[in-house]
Amino acid sequence: MPRTPIEIKESLEHLAILNEHGEVDVALEPEISRERLLELYRAMLLGRRFDERMLDLQRQGRIGTFPPIKGQEAAQMGSIVHLKENDWLVPAFRETAAEIWRGRSLESVLLYYNGFNEGTIIPDHQKDLPMAVPVGSQILHATGVGYAAKYRNRGDIVMTYFGDGATSEGDFHEGLNCAAVYQVPVVFICQNNQWAISIPLKQQTRSGTIAQKALAYGMPGIQVDGNDVLAVYAATAEAVERARNGGGPTLIECVTYRVMMHTTADDPKRYRSEEEVEQWRQKCPISRFEGYLRQKGFLDDAGCAEIESAVLDQIQTAIHKAEQQMAGPCDPLEMFDHVFESLPAPIARQKEEVTKYLAKQASAKGQKEGRHG
Amino acid sequence: MAKMTMVQALNLALKQEMTRDDSVLILGEDVGPDGGVFRVTDTLIDEFGPERVIDTPLAEAAIAGMAVGMAVYGLRPVCEIQFSGFAYQNFHQIENHAARMRWRTRGRLTVPMVMRAPYGGGVRALEHHSESREAYWAHTPGLKMVIPSSPRNARALLAAAIRDPDPVIFYEPKALYRAFREEVPEAEELMEIGRSQCIRQGDDLTMIAYGAMIPPTMEAAGQLEQEGIEAEVIDLLTISPLDDSLMIESIKKTGRAVIIHEAPRSFGPGAEIISRLMEGAFYYLEAPLVRVTGYDIVIPYFSREKAYMPDVKRILEAARATLNI
Repeated sequence: MPRTPIEIKESLEHLAILNEHGEVDVALEPEISRERLLELYRAMLLGRRFDERMLDLQRQGRIGTFPPIKGQEAAQMGSIVHLKENDWLVPAFRETAAEIWRGRSLESVLLYYNGFNEGTIIPDHQKDLPMAVPVGSQILHATGVGYAAKYRNRGDIVMTYFGDGATSEGDFHEGLNCAAVYQVPVVFICQNNQWAISIPLKQQTRSGTIAQKALAYGMPGIQVDGNDVLAVYAATAEAVERARNGGGPTLIECVTYRVMMHTTADDPKRYRSEEEVEQWRQKCPISRFEGYLRQKGFLDDAGCAEIESAVLDQIQTAIHKAEQQMAGPCDPLEMFDHVFESLPAPIARQKEEVTKYLAKQASAKGQKEGRHG
Repeated sequence: MAKMTMVQALNLALKQEMTRDDSVLILGEDVGPDGGVFRVTDTLIDEFGPERVIDTPLAEAAIAGMAVGMAVYGLRPVCEIQFSGFAYQNFHQIENHAARMRWRTRGRLTVPMVMRAPYGGGVRALEHHSESREAYWAHTPGLKMVIPSSPRNARALLAAAIRDPDPVIFYEPKALYRAFREEVPEAEELMEIGRSQCIRQGDDLTMIAYGAMIPPTMEAAGQLEQEGIEAEVIDLLTISPLDDSLMIESIKKTGRAVIIHEAPRSFGPGAEIISRLMEGAFYYLEAPLVRVTGYDIVIPYFSREKAYMPDVKRILEAARATLNI
């Protein structure tokens, strides 16, 4: 028997709509209202400025370690805006801008990165999951939520995010494989930011693209310029429509770049060149989008200044509120809350032990201060 | 009432819970037309369909990870892991997510899932099919760890686990799957998770065991009775959170205890049980507390398995030794 070629039905595309100078490919330009475009711009700028401000706060010791998102604003905002309130976001840990869009408060982000459990409380009106730190593990949750959504037939869909590093995890494989087998309404967004801490993409995979992995699972995949918010928007619109109409999952690879360190505890100078970073800075998703909006006549200097100032005000107010909350009482005994619905006797005894110990410490401190006072 | 094996009793619990609540669904490998390799899910797919009796790809992390997502959505997934020896591939999903979603979100999102898995030795199985690693799960905050010992309590505990608002790891002693039959009421029956049970009363010695170690423990207690020794037997049923109230009351009466489990000795459940007895009844102890356990080695292939597994003789030897002090 001869060797015969196997036809692979799926094909793969790369999509780019806005170039680095903000010039648009008119044939591909998605129809988006002026209001929506400005909302997008504002959300991207908020993500950027908040990130920069958090870096200051971290360096001043006012919050702990956090993973900056700078440079990835288009990949997040171009995709997340397609979710409806009843849909589900299943984030990793570098989607702060997307989470804020979904309703997570800036205060909650600050609380989380300063070590307060209050920072992973999901507001009641929101369906989303909290961020997931173990890399790639959330991908399976998205598939499970998608399965449940399909089972309940409520029309809701799921969007999940992960990085290029996560595609090496078994959970990525299992999550995408199962999602395709069950044809669940999940949009998988890979923010391929080229670096998983110090490991570059070429050491992560020999695949020419991450998008092509979708084909092996039997789902559509597409690679987009992840710094081009219009391309991300257009590709995600298709994937979301497919998911809503029972067409199953999609993998979207957003090619972007982690301009900053992995987290504030990381020093990227140890493993990558400043030249490389500088090249990517030139591809800034925000300035490119701003150029487009100016060309459309939707933004001018005054408009930019107004948005900038509103965003900075919002951030300042949030920092103030969060710091007030963090300076307030922080009852250590709350660490025993919500382990289970009701506290089992052995843990209740441990809580009592801590309660007594703390009371004893407080009383000893009181006596000492009394003596010196 | 019908006399049932543990497999049939577990099937009854699943069937009744799925009938009662359409948010209950099953996912695992070969759970559909095959009915599971031990037939625990036999015929359920005929009644509830493939959307609720989900045959999964061969992927244990997916089974647990998808269950986390389903549970957060509001379903009550019951995962079957074919053998507990393959559950380590989903340990990260259980430890990092199932067990702490409630805690992380301050009660907003919960994971009412069950992970069923057959565990334990004594059935001449292939390697990786005989381990007893309940301590891994019992050591993880946010999990409940349940091990039944008879058809009736297996049914009642599984039903309770499915209704539990928190994740439950449900280890099934596969050596007992078809070892004996017991009357199991057709009508709904639940047992409270987190409660041990005194299944034999006696004043001379306390024996603490669970799962597949209950039959040899009871047999040993029966033989001791012929020697004029009355042993009290406590069946843990829930490994974590550990109910120490009955065992502490018992040892206050007997002053002596033998703890039996097939799990490796070091850092095993027996170590925690002994600590609790020391904390709760130190001044009542008449003799050192004794463990009859598996050893700190890989459970041997089955030609040597017998020497590893605690049995009636080893239990009796330990009991007599502690009684002679």
